Amino acid sequence: MSTVLINSDEIYKLLEDVKDPEIDTVSILDLGMVEEVTVSGPDVSVKMLPTFLGCPALPIIQKNVETAVKQLPTVRNVSVTFLRCPSWTSDRITEKGKAGLKVFGISPPPRQMKKDGSWHIDCPYCESKYVTMENIFGPTACRSILYCKACKNPFEAMKPMIKMI
Amino acid sequence: MENESLKNMAIKELLLHLADDDFIHAYRGSEWLGLAPHIEEDVASSSIAQDTMGHAAIFYQLLEEIGEGTADRLAHDRPANERRNAIILEAANGPGHYMKDPDYDWAFAVVRNYFYTQAKAIKIQSLQSSSYEPLAEVAQKVQMELYYHLMHWKLWFVQLLGSDHEEAVSKMKAAIEKTLPNFAGVFSLGQYGEEMVEQGLIEGEATLRKKWIEAITPVFESVGLVTTFEMGMAKGDGRNGVHTEDLETALETLSEVYASDKAASW
Repeated sequence: MSTVLINSDEIYKLLEDVKDPEIDTVSILDLGMVEEVTVSGPDVSVKMLPTFLGCPALPIIQKNVETAVKQLPTVRNVSVTFLRCPSWTSDRITEKGKAGLKVFGISPPPRQMKKDGSWHIDCPYCESKYVTMENIFGPTACRSILYCKACKNPFEAMKPMIKMI
Repeated sequence: MENESLKNMAIKELLLHLADDDFIHAYRGSEWLGLAPHIEEDVASSSIAQDTMGHAAIFYQLLEEIGEGTADRLAHDRPANERRNAIILEAANGPGHYMKDPDYDWAFAVVRNYFYTQAKAIKIQSLQSSSYEPLAEVAQKVQMELYYHLMHWKLWFVQLLGSDHEEAVSKMKAAIEKTLPNFAGVFSLGQYGEEMVEQGLIEGEATLRKKWIEAITPVFESVGLVTTFEMGMAKGDGRNGVHTEDLETALETLSEVYASDKAASW
């Protein structure tokens, strides 16, 4: 009987289906949370980066990753660990991830801030620049609450998390 | 051999300072849930408390990794006299209880939050070049989150003191008077302080304190306040396990669930 080798591409494919527990249009891959997948025989190790240290979704994500990887019958053990280094930054979110955030009504984080630390976000519904920040803090650690003066919609935006800050 | 154990003690004590400070600070912050001045503030301050609890958890995690017991035990199962947090951080939010007749002092919350967050930002900045690599790594991540906390509390501080509203200004001034006499405890590095500095774990107390004054002076000036910062440790140094009844009461409340079943999974 020959051994079936696990290909890490297969693992990545499965991880595409692991969504953010609170934003079901974005996968953990597109959020840039997966740092490394290593396969050693039948054992798989997934190294991830926490978005925010106190994020209560981390244990749920960890469990969902384990469940997803175990779907592959050739997998024996899965270990999911959160790394301290490098730090997750919001520029790890892929273009697909940004599109997914917008579908959910969340503006993606800007890539850069101005020198004074301010940043600009467009309305995810009507693209207007005529928006106001209502609260830097939102329903989850990674989100802020804004209001669009053009289409009169309240909306959320993902906070920029950038090394320089 | 003796040097080695001294070095380990310094790392352990520093991690305990950081973890215990954030832990009780986050707890006091969480007691405001549902009681903050308006709903946006309720969202913001509880989000900050959650982040801060995450910081405490990662510092306890670092202690767990050097064999100091599990993070859960360190957080929930240590009596007050083993805690290392600064005394000003354990002070109750005000008279009453959050479940019954809370008469909490928002001005004190703003002042304590702003002063502490600024002090933490300076320590975290220093820790980024710590000789203890795991701590330096964590500090980078904490810094990014802290940026938003500091922005938030500074805004409250400046707006209330710059409001020209007599009640707001006098309450804020009283809160500053209440905070400073014990605020030196936040900068205290305790009995292993010299060792910490020698090992390059963190900068010395005097340097940290000087940087804090430099950061906070322009903000005081912007609201027309005189900038003399006479801070002390009137109630003692929490780094040496000296604490007040406020900490005892808080620990009793926050450990209630853990104490009822220590083997429960979280």
